[in-house]
Amino acid sequence: MSSRPDDLNINDEYKYGFHDPEVSVFKAEKGINEDVVRAISAKKEEPEWMLEFRLKALKTFQSKPMPTWGNTELLNSIDFDEIYYYLKPTEEQGKSWDDVPEYIKDTFEKLGIPEAERKFLAGVSAQYESEVVYHSLQEEIEKQGVIFLDMDSGLREHEELVRKYFATVIPAEDNKFSALNSAVWSGGSFVYIPPGVEVTIPLQAYFRINAENMGQFERTLIIADEGSRVHYIEGCTAPTYVSDSLHSAVVELIAMPGAQLRYTTIQNWSKNVYNLVTKRANAHENAVVEWVDGNLGSKLTMKFPCVNLLGEGAHGEILSVAFANEGQHQDAGAKIYHAAPRTTSRITSKSISKAGGRSSYRGIVKVLPDAVGSKVAVECDALLMDENSRSDTYPTMEIAEEQVQVEHEARVSKVGDEQLFYLMSRGLTEEEALVMVVNGFIEPFVKELPMEYAVELNRLIQLEMEGSVG
Amino acid sequence: MSDSTPIFEVRGLRVAIEGKEILRGVDLTIERGKVHALMGRNGSGKSTLAYVALGHPSYEVLEGQILYNGTDVTELNTDERARLGMFLAFQYPMAIPGVTVSKFMHSALKARAENGDVQLREFRDKLNAAMDLLGVDKSFTGRYVNDGFSGGEKKRLEILQMFMLDPTFCILDETDSGLDIDALKTVAEGVNATRSEERSHLVITHYQRLLNYIAPDVVHVMMDGQIARTGGPELALQLEENGYEWLEDELLQAAGA
Repeated sequence: MSSRPDDLNINDEYKYGFHDPEVSVFKAEKGINEDVVRAISAKKEEPEWMLEFRLKALKTFQSKPMPTWGNTELLNSIDFDEIYYYLKPTEEQGKSWDDVPEYIKDTFEKLGIPEAERKFLAGVSAQYESEVVYHSLQEEIEKQGVIFLDMDSGLREHEELVRKYFATVIPAEDNKFSALNSAVWSGGSFVYIPPGVEVTIPLQAYFRINAENMGQFERTLIIADEGSRVHYIEGCTAPTYVSDSLHSAVVELIAMPGAQLRYTTIQNWSKNVYNLVTKRANAHENAVVEWVDGNLGSKLTMKFPCVNLLGEGAHGEILSVAFANEGQHQDAGAKIYHAAPRTTSRITSKSISKAGGRSSYRGIVKVLPDAVGSKVAVECDALLMDENSRSDTYPTMEIAEEQVQVEHEARVSKVGDEQLFYLMSRGLTEEEALVMVVNGFIEPFVKELPMEYAVELNRLIQLEMEGSVG
Repeated sequence: MSDSTPIFEVRGLRVAIEGKEILRGVDLTIERGKVHALMGRNGSGKSTLAYVALGHPSYEVLEGQILYNGTDVTELNTDERARLGMFLAFQYPMAIPGVTVSKFMHSALKARAENGDVQLREFRDKLNAAMDLLGVDKSFTGRYVNDGFSGGEKKRLEILQMFMLDPTFCILDETDSGLDIDALKTVAEGVNATRSEERSHLVITHYQRLLNYIAPDVVHVMMDGQIARTGGPELALQLEENGYEWLEDELLQAAGA
């Protein structure tokens, strides 16, 4: 490793901060313009309509101003001309494990992926330097008709399906960053679950940023057809870099009537990454959509997973945790739109701010007219580790229907001297006591995670808490 | 340390919180294997002494020394004192939401294990045995520490911890307050079952009734930040019968004389 940012204070060693030398076959120029977008599309041999889509999105991106809300100071410091918008690590996508280059295997090894795969992986779609290099699907899932591909392959092999749903939940013009993603997207996952199929093992994708100054613009589209069931997991530990880097993903979920779709993320971006993500789901009649979203690391995260409850009886759930350490701003939250009768939703947001870090909860709940008998429950909990840290809450509720039940709870607590004294009187050091309080605080989130992820999250929290006692 | 070294000793201890002096020169010696009772009215400084013994950061030691097993611990952190073998059963135990009793106890045991680890199986066996002995419900282990516990449950958990952590000096800070008779008996059983030649207890209480179940070797009465009197078990009975006034009167007379 050449160098690392000064603000990294994790025993002088950030385990996931290793990175491999860049070995790229194709590398676009820095900055974004029509030529870059055409080059990306041509390289991928995309159909004409996708190129048109990209070019139109580019115009939207260029014409849309930066958001005037949120952390505008940090947002305005992004230099779009200093970012690479496309990078492809190997000539062809690895078909089997044997085909995967050694240095990439080495990276996976460090992340513990082979072991995780042995345990219960259904398929690995690992995004490495912008494009998926290794991808596997277990036979039984394929037999069920499940499609689990990287987005590029999805477009090639299932063009009609992609064309039908792509950008229908999040149009390019939704916001500046969805427009940017639409123009230069690369990688991500394409998942289709046929009607009535229950995928019992979580589908997992791992990906990493691994080129300095390189943006990641992955694009994920998941369609759970009628009565199907799937759990998709995206886990991420990023290496560290000296200069700023941008991650701007778009994730679209569609849960057809009666489908159950859960999307779990744990992100641990290195502390110089701008993580500006648009995530949205459409839930049709009696469908259930759950976002389980954990955010650590990054310089600035702006992420507000959304569920549109479009069909009667649909249920949306957004469970999130954000950890803002020194120099970080976690601007996270949730959005729910009740657009049909008897729809229900629950938002549980937990944030931790430490060493001057800042976390914000920004939420919108809208109940549209005629969403009779709908129920909304919002719970925001913020934990401040010290006096210098900050937590803000920006909840918005617009209720246009009278016959609804709305609950809202918000709490800000500080780790108290009495709590620490109690734990330390049992022999725990101050740091162990702090870690215990924090892990307890996020327990409602952790218990929703598969075992490996729960263990990893607890460990990441422990790393974040190291050096917190002066 | 020779056996004659007191387990716990306080010498000329003056303590303040937020600038207000609460302990105004406390001297106290507790020998190995003894149970001492510390009585006194609310606000006399009993709980302050308990907190300071374990090094609560809000209290400022103005003068004096706290010794554990002959070692001056006045400057040690709370966790260091705990790992040496000191224990405090809290009057108001804190809730730790999201942390199960089982996880909490395991972590506390690991913190004091020499190699930093305690095998899960060994831990479970020990915990089960302790719960059986104290008649604590097994569902306890999966609940979050003191979160939504009744007063009696909180006190039982304190005693369970005292059992599991195997300290040599235990302070029980009004562990009997607000307890029904069953919970009171649990507390008493906890103390009696952990009584040994090697271990001492300081039982802080407002009332004599706990002392019906725990026979103290020595009774101290605290008044206005000082140990006003030290005696045998009969002192507790005397206080129960006559209240604290007679002692105050006696002290006043002694001061006037």
